[in-house]
Amino acid sequence: MLATVFYPFAILATLAAVMVVFAKNSVRAVLWLVLCFFATAVLWLLLEAEFLAITLVLVYVGAVMVLFLFVVMMLDVERAAVQAKFITYLPVGLLVAGSVIAGLIWALSSKSFSEYTIVPSMDMTVNNIKLLGELLYTKYLFEFEVAGILLLVAIVSAISLTFRGSQGSKKQQLSRQVSATKASRLKVLGDDEL
Amino acid sequence: MIPLSHYLIFSAVLFGLSLAGFFINRKNLLIFLMCIELMLLAVNTNLIAFSHYYQDLSGQIFVFFVLTVAATESAIGLAILVVLFRQRRTIDVRSLDALKG
Repeated sequence: MLATVFYPFAILATLAAVMVVFAKNSVRAVLWLVLCFFATAVLWLLLEAEFLAITLVLVYVGAVMVLFLFVVMMLDVERAAVQAKFITYLPVGLLVAGSVIAGLIWALSSKSFSEYTIVPSMDMTVNNIKLLGELLYTKYLFEFEVAGILLLVAIVSAISLTFRGSQGSKKQQLSRQVSATKASRLKVLGDDEL
Repeated sequence: MIPLSHYLIFSAVLFGLSLAGFFINRKNLLIFLMCIELMLLAVNTNLIAFSHYYQDLSGQIFVFFVLTVAATESAIGLAILVVLFRQRRTIDVRSLDALKG
């Protein structure tokens, strides 16, 4: 029964990942990535990681992918993708990806990994969020606080990179008013210019 | 019943596909950032699968922090992309050749 959920969603996630690279425009690529995340969240639910699956959907899809869509909307992305150059890099990409995948599959198909089967224990008394909280706030408290500081650094750096000041507001700028000289404000016309 | 190796193979395939996306992508930098997200997703799946294998929740805690860092670098990467677009008026990968590399 578990296999009827795992294999379709795994294949769906893989196909969505392929379509992210080959999509025609950027909005479609972002939406294919969203589909890939949803399918992977289902796979994480099968691994009894309920909190992380919901966090993936809420935080990653709901915030980060929406941020991607905002940026795609703001930037004037060229529609005309050069398809000719696409083909010249396709063999290199497939060669690299193929060798990495082949190496990883050879390493990961060892006997000890194949013997263990994922059997979710249908234990309703075990609460994933409670156990994660017990671990996160006691044993990994320092890392948790550091993650909070990291998020603060992200906010500060994103704003300091992109903020240009309030443009178009007619405020007094005292430094400019005080530094005005007679030469910059007054032009005396001679008789020949009149 | 699904062997653990099938989850690991899935995450390996996802990782390799995002690597291929790096090489094949000649359109714009946004696909580049999305391939980074795919790589992180593959690594997270691997971590959660092993967390189930060892019956240890530390893998899931690590995924929690990887998600945090991934969100952080997406936000900052997109901010850099926006500033780049303001300067160059394009986010074509081929136009980033000022270092002649």
